[in-house]
Amino acid sequence: MTTMTKQEIQHMIAERVAKELKGPMSVNLGIGIPTLVAEYMEDDSIHLHTENGLLGVTDVEEEDIDPNLVNAGKLPVGEAVGAAYFNSSESFAMIRGGHVDAAILGALQVDEHGVIANWAVPGKNIMGVGGAMDLLVGAKKVYITMTHTSKDGSPKLLKECTYPITSTRSVDMIFTELAVFEVTEDKQLRLVELMPGATIEEVRGKTEAAFIE
Amino acid sequence: MTKRKQSAAEALEGVKSGDTILVGGFGLIGAPLTLIEELTEKDVSGLTIVSNNLGESGKGLGKLLNQGKIKKGIGSYFTSNRDVGDKYQAGEIELELLPQGTLAESIRAGGAGLGGYYTTTGVGTALAEGKEEREIDGVPYIFEKAIRGDVALIRAHKADTLGNLVYYKTARNFNPLMATAAKIVIVEVDEIVEPGELNPEEVVTPHLFVDAIIEAKQVLTKEGVVSV
Repeated sequence: MTTMTKQEIQHMIAERVAKELKGPMSVNLGIGIPTLVAEYMEDDSIHLHTENGLLGVTDVEEEDIDPNLVNAGKLPVGEAVGAAYFNSSESFAMIRGGHVDAAILGALQVDEHGVIANWAVPGKNIMGVGGAMDLLVGAKKVYITMTHTSKDGSPKLLKECTYPITSTRSVDMIFTELAVFEVTEDKQLRLVELMPGATIEEVRGKTEAAFIE
Repeated sequence: MTKRKQSAAEALEGVKSGDTILVGGFGLIGAPLTLIEELTEKDVSGLTIVSNNLGESGKGLGKLLNQGKIKKGIGSYFTSNRDVGDKYQAGEIELELLPQGTLAESIRAGGAGLGGYYTTTGVGTALAEGKEEREIDGVPYIFEKAIRGDVALIRAHKADTLGNLVYYKTARNFNPLMATAAKIVIVEVDEIVEPGELNPEEVVTPHLFVDAIIEAKQVLTKEGVVSV
Protein backbone atom coordinates (compact mmCIF):
# COMPACT_ATOMS: atom_id res chain seq x y z
CA MET A 1 0.00 0.00 0.00
CA THR A 2 2.79 2.39 0.90
CA THR A 3 4.03 2.41 -2.69
CA MET A 4 0.81 3.92 -4.07
CA THR A 5 0.48 7.65 -4.70
CA LYS A 6 -2.60 9.56 -3.54
CA GLN A 7 -3.77 9.70 -7.13
CA GLU A 8 -3.35 5.95 -7.64
CA ILE A 9 -5.34 5.30 -4.49
CA GLN A 10 -8.15 7.57 -5.68
CA HIS A 11 -8.27 5.85 -9.06
CA MET A 12 -8.25 2.41 -7.46
CA ILE A 13 -11.30 3.32 -5.35
CA ALA A 14 -13.09 4.91 -8.32
CA GLU A 15 -12.48 1.85 -10.50
CA ARG A 16 -13.84 -0.44 -7.80
CA VAL A 17 -17.08 1.48 -7.19
CA ALA A 18 -17.66 1.69 -10.96
CA LYS A 19 -17.92 -2.12 -11.00
CA GLU A 20 -20.87 -1.90 -8.62
CA LEU A 21 -23.00 -0.06 -11.17
CA LYS A 22 -25.16 -2.04 -13.57
CA GLY A 23 -27.22 -0.22 -16.19
CA PRO A 24 -29.73 0.88 -17.07
CA MET A 25 -29.52 3.46 -14.31
CA SER A 26 -28.92 7.13 -13.52
CA VAL A 27 -26.02 8.02 -11.24
CA ASN A 28 -25.01 11.30 -9.64
CA LEU A 29 -21.28 11.79 -9.06
CA GLY A 30 -20.03 14.03 -6.27
CA ILE A 31 -16.81 16.03 -6.14
CA GLY A 32 -13.37 14.41 -5.67
CA ILE A 33 -12.93 10.64 -6.04
CA PRO A 34 -16.53 10.27 -7.34
CA THR A 35 -15.70 12.47 -10.35
CA LEU A 36 -13.05 9.93 -11.39
CA VAL A 37 -15.70 7.19 -11.59
CA ALA A 38 -16.76 8.59 -14.98
CA GLU A 39 -13.44 7.36 -16.41
CA TYR A 40 -14.34 3.76 -15.58
CA MET A 41 -17.87 3.71 -17.01
CA GLU A 42 -18.06 1.23 -19.85
CA ASP A 43 -21.83 0.71 -19.88
CA ASP A 44 -23.59 3.33 -22.00
CA SER A 45 -26.91 2.59 -20.30
CA ILE A 46 -25.52 4.26 -17.16
CA HIS A 47 -26.52 7.91 -17.42
CA LEU A 48 -24.52 10.33 -15.30
CA HIS A 49 -26.42 13.17 -13.64
CA THR A 50 -24.84 16.37 -12.42
CA GLU A 51 -26.89 18.59 -10.11
CA ASN A 52 -25.99 21.79 -11.95
CA GLY A 53 -28.33 20.66 -14.70
CA LEU A 54 -27.26 17.84 -17.02
CA LEU A 55 -28.26 14.20 -17.42
CA GLY A 56 -25.75 12.59 -19.78
CA VAL A 57 -22.28 13.63 -18.60
CA THR A 58 -19.24 12.31 -20.48
CA ASP A 59 -15.53 13.03 -20.61
CA VAL A 60 -14.38 15.86 -22.85
CA GLU A 61 -11.25 16.24 -24.97
CA GLU A 62 -9.13 19.32 -24.33
CA GLU A 63 -9.99 20.89 -27.71
CA ASP A 64 -13.75 20.44 -27.13
CA ILE A 65 -13.90 22.15 -23.73
CA ASP A 66 -16.83 24.55 -23.40
CA PRO A 67 -16.64 26.93 -20.40
CA ASN A 68 -20.43 26.75 -20.04
CA LEU A 69 -20.51 22.95 -19.83
CA VAL A 70 -19.27 21.79 -16.44
CA ASN A 71 -20.01 19.30 -13.66
CA ALA A 72 -20.83 20.03 -10.01
CA GLY A 73 -17.12 20.54 -9.31
CA LYS A 74 -17.09 23.21 -12.09
CA LEU A 75 -14.78 20.97 -14.14
CA PRO A 76 -15.31 20.78 -17.92
CA VAL A 77 -17.35 17.79 -19.11
CA GLY A 78 -18.90 16.58 -22.35
CA GLU A 79 -22.47 15.93 -23.41
CA ALA A 80 -23.48 12.31 -24.08
CA VAL A 81 -25.74 11.22 -26.94
CA GLY A 82 -29.27 11.56 -25.57
CA ALA A 83 -28.30 14.16 -22.96
CA ALA A 84 -30.77 16.62 -21.43
CA TYR A 85 -30.35 19.99 -19.72
CA PHE A 86 -32.63 21.33 -16.99
CA ASN A 87 -32.75 23.99 -14.31
CA SER A 88 -31.60 23.57 -10.69
CA SER A 89 -35.08 23.03 -9.28
CA GLU A 90 -35.83 20.22 -11.77
CA SER A 91 -32.43 18.77 -11.06
CA PHE A 92 -33.17 18.55 -7.36
CA ALA A 93 -36.70 17.30 -8.02
CA MET A 94 -34.95 14.37 -9.71
CA ILE A 95 -32.73 13.90 -6.66
CA ARG A 96 -35.16 14.57 -3.81
CA GLY A 97 -38.02 12.90 -5.63
CA GLY A 98 -36.21 9.56 -5.72
CA HIS A 99 -35.64 9.46 -9.49
CA VAL A 100 -31.85 9.15 -9.34
CA ASP A 101 -30.80 5.52 -8.85
CA ALA A 102 -27.47 6.09 -7.13
CA ALA A 103 -25.23 8.81 -5.77
CA ILE A 104 -21.49 8.38 -5.34
CA LEU A 105 -20.18 10.80 -2.75
CA GLY A 106 -17.11 11.52 -0.69
CA ALA A 107 -17.16 11.64 3.12
CA LEU A 108 -15.03 13.02 5.93
CA GLN A 109 -16.39 10.51 8.45
CA VAL A 110 -18.74 7.52 8.49
CA ASP A 111 -20.19 6.11 11.70
CA GLU A 112 -20.78 2.43 12.45
CA HIS A 113 -24.39 2.69 11.27
CA GLY A 114 -23.42 4.20 7.92
CA VAL A 115 -24.38 7.78 8.79
CA ILE A 116 -21.95 10.21 7.18
CA ALA A 117 -20.47 13.66 7.75
CA ASN A 118 -19.19 15.37 4.61
CA TRP A 119 -20.03 19.07 4.67
CA ALA A 120 -18.60 20.83 7.69
CA VAL A 121 -15.67 20.71 10.11
CA PRO A 122 -16.12 21.97 13.70
CA GLY A 123 -14.18 25.11 14.53
CA LYS A 124 -14.20 26.25 10.93
CA ASN A 125 -16.87 28.45 9.38
CA ILE A 126 -19.71 26.44 7.93
CA MET A 127 -19.52 27.76 4.43
CA GLY A 128 -20.74 25.17 1.97
CA VAL A 129 -23.19 22.30 1.71
CA GLY A 130 -24.05 22.16 -2.00
CA GLY A 131 -26.22 19.21 -2.99
CA ALA A 132 -24.94 16.74 -0.38
CA MET A 133 -27.99 16.80 1.93
CA ASP A 134 -30.44 16.50 -0.97
CA LEU A 135 -28.56 13.53 -2.43
CA LEU A 136 -28.53 11.77 0.94
CA VAL A 137 -32.28 12.01 1.39
CA GLY A 138 -33.19 11.33 -2.22
CA ALA A 139 -30.86 8.97 -4.08
CA LYS A 140 -32.09 5.37 -4.06
CA LYS A 141 -28.58 4.09 -3.25
CA VAL A 142 -25.71 6.06 -1.77
CA TYR A 143 -22.14 4.83 -2.23
CA ILE A 144 -19.30 6.46 -0.33
CA THR A 145 -15.78 6.66 -1.72
CA MET A 146 -13.01 7.85 0.60
CA THR A 147 -9.52 7.06 1.78
CA HIS A 148 -9.64 4.73 4.77
CA THR A 149 -7.87 7.17 7.09
CA SER A 150 -7.37 10.93 7.18
CA LYS A 151 -4.03 12.62 6.41
CA ASP A 152 -2.79 12.16 9.97
CA GLY A 153 -3.59 8.43 9.81
CA SER A 154 -6.64 8.58 12.09
CA PRO A 155 -9.65 6.40 11.17
CA LYS A 156 -12.56 7.86 9.22
CA LEU A 157 -14.84 4.92 9.98
CA LEU A 158 -15.79 5.84 13.55
CA LYS A 159 -18.17 4.76 16.30
CA GLU A 160 -19.79 8.17 16.03
CA CYS A 161 -19.21 11.10 13.71
CA THR A 162 -17.58 14.03 15.51
CA TYR A 163 -18.33 16.35 12.58
CA PRO A 164 -21.88 17.58 11.78
CA ILE A 165 -23.83 14.84 9.98
CA THR A 166 -25.17 15.32 6.47
CA SER A 167 -28.36 13.31 6.99
CA THR A 168 -29.82 10.79 9.42
CA ARG A 169 -30.03 8.31 6.53
CA SER A 170 -27.49 5.46 6.43
CA VAL A 171 -25.56 5.01 3.20
CA ASP A 172 -25.55 1.67 1.35
CA MET A 173 -21.87 0.91 0.74
CA ILE A 174 -18.44 2.35 1.55
CA PHE A 175 -15.38 1.93 -0.67
CA THR A 176 -11.83 2.65 0.52
CA GLU A 177 -8.37 1.61 -0.69
CA LEU A 178 -8.41 -1.14 1.95
CA ALA A 179 -11.93 -2.53 1.96
CA VAL A 180 -15.51 -2.52 0.79
CA PHE A 181 -18.27 -2.41 3.42
CA GLU A 182 -21.99 -2.69 3.06
CA VAL A 183 -24.55 -1.39 5.54
CA THR A 184 -26.91 -4.18 6.61
CA GLU A 185 -30.66 -3.78 7.01
CA ASP A 186 -30.22 -3.41 10.77
CA LYS A 187 -27.69 -0.62 10.15
CA GLN A 188 -24.43 -2.39 10.87
CA LEU A 189 -21.26 -2.32 8.80
CA ARG A 190 -20.30 -5.59 7.16
CA LEU A 191 -16.92 -6.12 5.50
CA VAL A 192 -17.63 -7.61 2.09
CA GLU A 193 -14.23 -7.39 0.40
CA LEU A 194 -10.58 -6.66 1.05
CA MET A 195 -8.95 -4.56 -1.66
CA PRO A 196 -5.81 -5.92 -3.39
CA GLY A 197 -2.84 -5.84 -1.01
CA ALA A 198 -4.94 -5.18 2.11
CA THR A 199 -5.07 -7.55 5.07
CA ILE A 200 -7.80 -7.99 7.64
CA GLU A 201 -5.33 -6.98 10.36
CA GLU A 202 -4.67 -3.67 8.63
CA VAL A 203 -8.40 -3.01 8.21
CA ARG A 204 -9.04 -3.82 11.88
CA GLY A 205 -6.17 -1.57 12.94
CA LYS A 206 -7.35 1.40 10.90
CA THR A 207 -11.09 1.16 11.61
CA GLU A 208 -12.63 2.46 14.84
CA ALA A 209 -16.21 1.49 13.93
CA ALA A 210 -17.40 -2.00 14.78
CA PHE A 211 -17.98 -4.13 11.69
CA ILE A 212 -19.06 -7.67 10.91
CA GLU A 213 -16.29 -9.69 9.30
CA MET B 1 -42.70 47.27 -27.34
CA THR B 2 -39.10 46.20 -27.03
CA LYS B 3 -37.57 45.42 -23.65
CA ARG B 4 -34.11 45.95 -25.09
CA LYS B 5 -32.04 48.52 -23.19
CA GLN B 6 -29.05 50.33 -24.63
CA SER B 7 -26.76 49.78 -21.67
CA ALA B 8 -26.35 47.84 -18.45
CA ALA B 9 -26.61 51.15 -16.57
CA GLU B 10 -30.03 51.84 -18.09
CA ALA B 11 -31.18 48.29 -17.34
CA LEU B 12 -30.15 48.65 -13.68
CA GLU B 13 -31.88 52.02 -13.14
CA GLY B 14 -34.44 50.58 -10.70
CA VAL B 15 -31.86 48.91 -8.43
CA LYS B 16 -31.37 50.61 -5.07
CA SER B 17 -29.54 50.23 -1.77
CA GLY B 18 -30.98 47.59 0.53
CA ASP B 19 -32.48 45.53 -2.28
CA THR B 20 -32.61 41.75 -2.29
CA ILE B 21 -31.09 40.68 -5.59
CA LEU B 22 -31.34 37.16 -7.04
CA VAL B 23 -28.28 36.47 -9.18
CA GLY B 24 -28.16 33.50 -11.55
CA GLY B 25 -25.15 31.24 -12.03
CA PHE B 26 -23.22 28.32 -10.66
CA GLY B 27 -19.98 30.07 -9.79
CA LEU B 28 -19.22 32.11 -12.91
CA ILE B 29 -21.06 29.66 -15.18
CA GLY B 30 -24.33 31.25 -16.21
CA ALA B 31 -23.68 34.32 -14.06
CA PRO B 32 -24.81 37.70 -15.51
CA LEU B 33 -21.27 39.08 -15.55
CA THR B 34 -22.07 42.31 -17.43
CA LEU B 35 -24.85 43.28 -15.02
CA ILE B 36 -22.72 42.36 -12.00
CA GLU B 37 -19.88 44.50 -13.38
CA GLU B 38 -22.30 47.41 -13.75
CA LEU B 39 -23.52 46.88 -10.20
CA THR B 40 -19.93 47.30 -9.01
CA GLU B 41 -19.97 50.75 -10.72
CA LYS B 42 -23.30 51.74 -9.19
CA ASP B 43 -23.63 53.63 -5.92
CA VAL B 44 -25.57 51.05 -3.92
CA SER B 45 -24.95 49.30 -0.61
CA GLY B 46 -26.52 46.97 1.94
CA LEU B 47 -27.52 44.44 -0.69
CA THR B 48 -28.80 40.97 0.10
CA ILE B 49 -27.56 38.64 -2.62
CA VAL B 50 -29.28 35.31 -3.28
CA SER B 51 -26.99 33.17 -5.42
CA ASN B 52 -25.53 29.67 -5.22
CA ASN B 53 -22.07 31.12 -4.54
CA LEU B 54 -20.68 34.61 -4.12
CA GLY B 55 -18.58 34.38 -7.28
CA GLU B 56 -14.90 33.62 -7.12
CA SER B 57 -12.21 35.67 -5.40
CA GLY B 58 -12.31 39.11 -7.05
CA LYS B 59 -14.48 37.88 -9.91
CA GLY B 60 -18.21 38.22 -10.58
CA LEU B 61 -20.04 38.68 -7.27
CA GLY B 62 -16.65 38.33 -5.56
CA LYS B 63 -15.85 41.83 -6.79
CA LEU B 64 -19.07 43.23 -5.34
CA LEU B 65 -18.29 41.45 -2.07
CA ASN B 66 -14.84 43.01 -1.86
CA GLN B 67 -16.40 46.47 -2.32
CA GLY B 68 -18.42 45.90 0.84
CA LYS B 69 -21.75 46.33 -0.95
CA ILE B 70 -23.14 42.98 0.19
CA LYS B 71 -24.77 42.93 3.63
CA LYS B 72 -26.01 39.36 3.44
CA GLY B 73 -25.48 36.32 1.23
CA ILE B 74 -27.98 33.50 0.84
CA GLY B 75 -26.56 30.48 -1.00
CA SER B 76 -25.46 26.86 -0.84
CA TYR B 77 -21.71 26.90 -1.38
CA PHE B 78 -19.59 29.86 -0.32
CA THR B 79 -16.39 27.80 -0.04
CA SER B 80 -15.40 28.48 -3.65
CA ASN B 81 -14.57 32.11 -2.78
CA ARG B 82 -12.16 32.30 0.18
CA ASP B 83 -12.89 36.03 0.63
CA VAL B 84 -16.39 35.15 1.87
CA GLY B 85 -14.93 33.31 4.87
CA ASP B 86 -12.63 36.23 5.70
CA LYS B 87 -15.50 38.75 5.53
CA TYR B 88 -17.70 36.49 7.62
CA GLN B 89 -14.96 36.02 10.22
CA ALA B 90 -14.50 39.79 10.40
CA GLY B 91 -18.25 40.25 10.98
CA GLU B 92 -18.64 42.21 7.76
CA ILE B 93 -21.24 39.97 6.15
CA GLU B 94 -24.17 37.80 7.23
CA LEU B 95 -24.60 34.42 5.60
CA GLU B 96 -27.50 32.04 5.29
CA LEU B 97 -26.55 28.58 4.08
CA LEU B 98 -29.18 26.39 2.42
CA PRO B 99 -28.88 22.98 0.76
CA GLN B 100 -28.68 23.55 -2.99
CA GLY B 101 -32.00 21.83 -3.71
CA THR B 102 -33.66 23.90 -0.99
CA LEU B 103 -32.22 27.13 -2.39
CA ALA B 104 -33.57 26.24 -5.85
CA GLU B 105 -36.97 25.12 -4.61
CA SER B 106 -37.42 28.17 -2.35
CA ILE B 107 -36.89 30.42 -5.35
CA ARG B 108 -39.23 28.30 -7.47
CA ALA B 109 -41.86 28.52 -4.71
CA GLY B 110 -41.36 32.28 -4.47
CA GLY B 111 -41.95 32.67 -8.19
CA ALA B 112 -44.99 30.41 -8.06
CA GLY B 113 -46.73 32.47 -5.38
CA LEU B 114 -46.25 29.98 -2.54
CA GLY B 115 -45.31 30.86 1.04
CA GLY B 116 -43.03 27.88 1.44
CA TYR B 117 -43.01 24.10 1.49
CA TYR B 118 -41.94 21.06 3.51
CA THR B 119 -38.81 19.08 2.58
CA THR B 120 -36.96 16.05 3.95
CA THR B 121 -33.61 17.62 3.04
CA GLY B 122 -31.67 18.68 6.11
CA VAL B 123 -33.90 16.94 8.69
CA GLY B 124 -31.81 16.02 11.75
CA THR B 125 -28.85 18.19 10.72
CA ALA B 126 -27.44 21.51 11.89
CA LEU B 127 -29.21 23.25 9.00
CA ALA B 128 -32.62 22.27 10.42
CA GLU B 129 -32.06 24.24 13.63
CA GLY B 130 -34.85 26.72 14.29
CA LYS B 131 -37.03 25.36 11.48
CA GLU B 132 -40.51 23.95 12.02
CA GLU B 133 -40.59 20.16 11.82
CA ARG B 134 -43.68 18.26 10.81
CA GLU B 135 -44.47 14.64 10.15
CA ILE B 136 -46.37 13.85 6.95
CA ASP B 137 -47.42 10.20 6.41
CA GLY B 138 -44.92 9.16 9.06
CA VAL B 139 -41.96 10.96 7.47
CA PRO B 140 -40.31 13.98 9.15
CA TYR B 141 -40.05 17.16 7.08
CA ILE B 142 -38.87 20.70 7.80
CA PHE B 143 -40.54 23.89 6.62
CA GLU B 144 -38.63 26.13 4.23
CA LYS B 145 -39.83 29.63 3.38
CA ALA B 146 -40.11 30.80 -0.21
CA ILE B 147 -37.56 33.32 -1.48
CA ARG B 148 -38.41 36.39 -3.54
CA GLY B 149 -36.26 39.27 -4.67
CA ASP B 150 -36.66 42.94 -5.49
CA VAL B 151 -34.51 42.35 -8.53
CA ALA B 152 -33.26 39.31 -10.48
CA LEU B 153 -30.15 39.44 -12.65
CA ILE B 154 -30.32 36.67 -15.26
CA ARG B 155 -27.98 35.21 -17.86
CA ALA B 156 -29.60 33.53 -20.86
CA HIS B 157 -28.31 32.61 -24.31
CA LYS B 158 -30.85 34.34 -26.56
CA ALA B 159 -33.82 36.63 -26.02
CA ASP B 160 -36.34 38.05 -28.42
CA THR B 161 -37.29 41.69 -27.89
CA LEU B 162 -40.48 40.61 -26.08
CA GLY B 163 -38.34 38.85 -23.48
CA ASN B 164 -38.73 35.16 -24.35
CA LEU B 165 -35.55 33.37 -23.28
CA VAL B 166 -33.58 30.28 -24.22
CA TYR B 167 -30.54 29.07 -22.31
CA TYR B 168 -27.23 27.38 -23.07
CA LYS B 169 -26.03 24.07 -21.59
CA THR B 170 -25.17 24.15 -17.86
CA ALA B 171 -25.27 27.96 -17.87
CA ARG B 172 -29.02 27.54 -17.31
CA ASN B 173 -28.89 26.40 -13.63
CA PHE B 174 -30.77 28.85 -11.33
CA ASN B 175 -31.55 31.44 -14.03
CA PRO B 176 -35.03 30.30 -15.17
CA LEU B 177 -36.14 30.03 -11.52
CA MET B 178 -34.87 33.45 -10.54
CA ALA B 179 -36.52 34.97 -13.60
CA THR B 180 -39.88 34.11 -12.00
CA ALA B 181 -39.19 35.33 -8.48
CA ALA B 182 -38.42 39.07 -8.50
CA LYS B 183 -40.27 42.35 -9.05
CA ILE B 184 -37.75 43.53 -11.66
CA VAL B 185 -36.14 40.93 -13.92
CA ILE B 186 -33.10 42.04 -15.93
CA VAL B 187 -31.50 39.71 -18.45
CA GLU B 188 -28.25 39.66 -20.39
CA VAL B 189 -27.86 37.47 -23.45
CA ASP B 190 -25.43 36.65 -26.24
CA GLU B 191 -27.95 37.62 -28.89
CA ILE B 192 -31.22 39.57 -29.12
CA VAL B 193 -33.54 38.51 -31.94
CA GLU B 194 -36.95 39.57 -33.26
CA PRO B 195 -40.19 37.92 -32.03
CA GLY B 196 -40.85 34.83 -34.14
CA GLU B 197 -37.20 33.88 -34.42
CA LEU B 198 -37.23 31.68 -31.32
CA ASN B 199 -39.10 28.39 -31.61
CA PRO B 200 -42.05 28.70 -29.16
CA GLU B 201 -41.57 25.02 -28.23
CA GLU B 202 -38.03 25.77 -27.10
CA VAL B 203 -38.67 28.92 -25.08
CA VAL B 204 -37.77 28.18 -21.45
CA THR B 205 -38.69 31.52 -19.85
CA PRO B 206 -41.86 33.07 -21.36
CA HIS B 207 -41.63 36.83 -21.86
CA LEU B 208 -44.09 37.98 -19.19
CA PHE B 209 -41.45 37.32 -16.53
CA VAL B 210 -38.88 39.63 -18.12
CA ASP B 211 -38.55 43.43 -17.80
CA ALA B 212 -35.27 44.40 -19.45
CA ILE B 213 -32.72 42.84 -21.80
CA ILE B 214 -29.17 43.79 -22.73
CA GLU B 215 -26.43 42.20 -24.79
CA ALA B 216 -23.63 40.66 -22.70
CA LYS B 217 -20.36 42.58 -22.76
CA GLN B 218 -18.54 40.40 -20.22
CA VAL B 219 -18.48 36.73 -21.15
CA LEU B 220 -16.95 33.58 -19.77
CA THR B 221 -14.52 31.93 -22.18
CA LYS B 222 -11.93 29.16 -21.90
CA GLU B 223 -9.43 31.91 -21.10
CA GLY B 224 -11.60 33.33 -18.31
CA VAL B 225 -13.87 36.39 -18.27
CA VAL B 226 -13.30 38.69 -21.25
CA SER B 227 -14.92 41.89 -22.59
CA VAL B 228 -16.56 41.63 -25.98
